Amino acid sequence: MTSVATQPGPAPDAGLWDRLSIRTKRVLWAWAFLTVPIIFYAGIRFYPTFQAFWLSLTDWDLLRPASFIGLDNYKTLFSDPLFWRVFRNTFAYLIIGTPASLVIAFVVAYYLDRVRFMHGFIRALYFLPFLTTAAAMAWVWRWFYQPVPIGVINGFLQTVGLPAQPFLRSVDQALPAIMVTAIWAGLGFQIIIFMAGLRAIPTTYYEAARIDGLGEWAILRKITLPLLKPTTVFLVVFSSIGFLRIFDQVYNMTTNDPGGPLNSTKPLVLMIYQTAFSSYDMGYAAAQTVVLFTILLVVSLMQLWVLRNRA
Amino acid sequence: MRSRTRLAGLVAGISLLAMGSAQAVEIEYWQYVFDSRVKAMDQLIANFQEANPDITVKHVTFPYADYQTRVVAAKVAGQGPDVVQLFYGWLDNFVAGELIQPLDPEVFPHEEIESEFFPIVSAMKRDGDYYGLPTAVRSLALFYNKALFEEAGLDPNKPPQTLDELVEAAKATVKHDGSGNITSEGITVEMGGQDHHWWREVLVRQFGGEPYSEDGTKVAYDDEAGLEALKFHSGLQTELNVGQNGFMDEGQAAFRAGLAAMTIDGTFRLGSFAENPFEWGVAELPANADGMRSNYSSYFANAIGALAEGEELEAAQKFLAYISSPEAMEIWLETVGELPARKEVALTEENLSDPTYGPFLQGLEYAHTTRFVDEAAQRQAMIDMENRIFLEGQDPAEALAQAAKEEQAILDKFYNK
Repeated sequence: MTSVATQPGPAPDAGLWDRLSIRTKRVLWAWAFLTVPIIFYAGIRFYPTFQAFWLSLTDWDLLRPASFIGLDNYKTLFSDPLFWRVFRNTFAYLIIGTPASLVIAFVVAYYLDRVRFMHGFIRALYFLPFLTTAAAMAWVWRWFYQPVPIGVINGFLQTVGLPAQPFLRSVDQALPAIMVTAIWAGLGFQIIIFMAGLRAIPTTYYEAARIDGLGEWAILRKITLPLLKPTTVFLVVFSSIGFLRIFDQVYNMTTNDPGGPLNSTKPLVLMIYQTAFSSYDMGYAAAQTVVLFTILLVVSLMQLWVLRNRA
Repeated sequence: MRSRTRLAGLVAGISLLAMGSAQAVEIEYWQYVFDSRVKAMDQLIANFQEANPDITVKHVTFPYADYQTRVVAAKVAGQGPDVVQLFYGWLDNFVAGELIQPLDPEVFPHEEIESEFFPIVSAMKRDGDYYGLPTAVRSLALFYNKALFEEAGLDPNKPPQTLDELVEAAKATVKHDGSGNITSEGITVEMGGQDHHWWREVLVRQFGGEPYSEDGTKVAYDDEAGLEALKFHSGLQTELNVGQNGFMDEGQAAFRAGLAAMTIDGTFRLGSFAENPFEWGVAELPANADGMRSNYSSYFANAIGALAEGEELEAAQKFLAYISSPEAMEIWLETVGELPARKEVALTEENLSDPTYGPFLQGLEYAHTTRFVDEAAQRQAMIDMENRIFLEGQDPAEALAQAAKEEQAILDKFYNK
């Protein structure tokens, strides 16, 4: 751009382009480059999104042409006990999973930050699960949870004399069992982000606080946590969206009976997947997608608002 | 929509260019990816092209999970296969979506189809028209581990012939540890596997009931017979403790690991069981006390795509006739291990006395075929029915009634459309 700016004045037979000011040219260039991602985004993101809103008002089943049925899909959805079951499950993943994973990640990051011995190695160990394919990990855990003779956890329980647990074969334990793997899988990422946040806090604050005689607890409460706020906000939103969209772990750990037993682990995304690609009920699936979209939007906005106001 | 049409136009343009000067007719055959099926079909196509040098068959495959979606999407784009493979249970959807066309009775006379194929071919008939023909069919049988039979003092060459004998064999072969956990199953219990077919089409009938009404639109198992059948099946776990749903994750995994003495599974499992490191055998599904037997059979059929016309239609008909011919069925049996769909090819002396294929073939003679409208959802109703008994202690009668209601809702939704 600068080379353009230093060129001598316009040639006598200047075209339209040359008559434009440098400022305008820059803007035009910027837009020229931006057009590509904008068209791309509009084409593969926004257009299908709006299409989904329209589809949710039809009875499209892939095969027959779609016909408009108004809000029937939503009426069916809200009177479907399965939907409410799935709704509860999804929020169970969110409400238990997000705080649990954040607290664990913060505690690990807080102490790991002080460890100097093999720091990089330990950090890598925590990060490793995040790099692993969710499907592969889910299958390993699925086998851990099996009954004897192959389940490692039940094998251990037996050697210490405790009764075997059904884990994935129980309507009460299956969801927590899957959530544990999801938390474990995302932990590495959250730890890294928390540690970056901790490192970004200027050490002078801590020095000043120590000179003033503040205890560790007070330092944590008055300095570390407030200054870590932007990191926490980011992780809360990021992890909430992750738990609201949980799919891989659940699907891979329960493929014989997806979301089972008795729908006790089924999240909304899995319900959408089954409605769309197993029952080919595209209109109904689109209605579920719109509901998920709304939930994601509301939850994210609420979190941003709550966490901002407390500052 | 517009971009899709444009893309389709582009694709069509390119394929037109690609065809260029080729004089011969090219038709497309579509099926899903499954190693041995693809290999067998490649061989059939090679044979067919040799006999018909003016026809080229393009073999197109898709992953199973995407397969139906691809067929539908191709139709929307105005493209599509000339000959297409489909599961018999998808027929209603394929016909309703106008993805396939009825077979011309001039080329495929009905009397011939009905006299030469196993009666289950009728699942391809709608309103007096046949829509497809199978190359191979599948049925169920009892797989049993001879080593475990011997260990339990049973004769490894005398598999159970009746349900009572099945229960006795399961009791003899099951192993428990000190705390009562199963360490090796007598028989696998898994509605999510093939057991839901066994229950629907075999056990319900053997206990004196019918799974569905004549036309398949009404659930009919919600009666005394259905309840007895359900109590028998779930009782294997709850009463007799000879099997446990979820043991070793899946029934077939337990059997392969040598930790289940018996399992009920289909022809398609023969390949993966072939390398089991122990001796195993196959037996006909056990009869009830009156000697009545039943079986469940299913198949993938080949049909002619809705868009085929003119000389392509003619070529497609020729190709379909070839891949449903006795010769093709023999190749399919050798390569894929699936049973021939024509009686004369299947029921030969050699096949019937084959210790592996024999029991499956015998099963075909009295097999039934469920008319599924949404197989995954209907299977789910069965899984949930039994899970409510196993995990929530629901009374079998209530579990059955609820399952019947759920499945009826699935049927109603389809037939009332």
